[in-house]
Amino acid sequence: MVRKQEGISEFEINKDILVIHVNGELDHHNSAFIREQADDIIYHNNIHNIIFDFAGTAFMDSSGIGVIMGRYKLIKGVGGKIGIINAGNSIRKILLYSGLNKITMQYSDLDSAVETISNERGAEEC
Amino acid sequence: MLMECKENMEAENKEVMNMIKSNRMYLEIDSCSENESFARVAVAAFCTRLDPVLEEIEDIKTAVSEAVTNAVIHGYEGGEGTIIIETTITGNEVEIKIQDKGCGIENIEQAKEPLFTTRPEEERSGMGFSFMEIFMDNLEVISEKNKGTTVIMKKIIGSPM
Repeated sequence: MVRKQEGISEFEINKDILVIHVNGELDHHNSAFIREQADDIIYHNNIHNIIFDFAGTAFMDSSGIGVIMGRYKLIKGVGGKIGIINAGNSIRKILLYSGLNKITMQYSDLDSAVETISNERGAEEC
Repeated sequence: MLMECKENMEAENKEVMNMIKSNRMYLEIDSCSENESFARVAVAAFCTRLDPVLEEIEDIKTAVSEAVTNAVIHGYEGGEGTIIIETTITGNEVEIKIQDKGCGIENIEQAKEPLFTTRPEEERSGMGFSFMEIFMDNLEVISEKNKGTTVIMKKIIGSPM
């Protein structure tokens, strides 16, 4: 299921994983939209994990850090994970300096992110 | 012979003076979140004449974005106001001055601490000033309660990484 909204960002649900395809620049102005959409989906779809796909954006500032940290707080209670894919150099730098590298994992592509996160969950449940 | 030498020196001095002559851009915008992206792109575009590498442009965009976002959210608390952005290029140095006439910062040292924010409920990460410090070479913050805040950031373009 893919939700498209105003061409800004797309939200895709894969079992208990929410994939956020961030489009446009993740700054203060655009962060409210992503936050509201994501939280609505998280609450109504039993989401445990989130993958941020930065293929469609080249810019993120501290407002983006707030968005990722805020979503992490929502899912950490259920042992959820945050995955990052397709982050360019500039966004990687922001993730590094903000310390978000410690609570997120970067993956080479969507398939490997989904597979790793699903397997980790499966292993924990056994 | 002496005369010729003097003329040469004057010409050389003039050339040096031209090289370090500063060049300024003055931008006045309304305080609203839509203008944050315009502000960072405008400053970045003005700086391209120094032939910066992509990373330097990204650093400048992030720092400007943080300062303007602070003015919008904290300075004017989401309300009306004017933000003045003055960018000056002197030699290979960029100076960016971002000024608001908002509520001011009570404790600048505390505000600059990483992760400190007065608005955790709005998911502000408290990394704004840290990013300005990391991505620019120099950061100065001048603020007075109920008068406003001025952030002055400097960066040398083309400095060895």
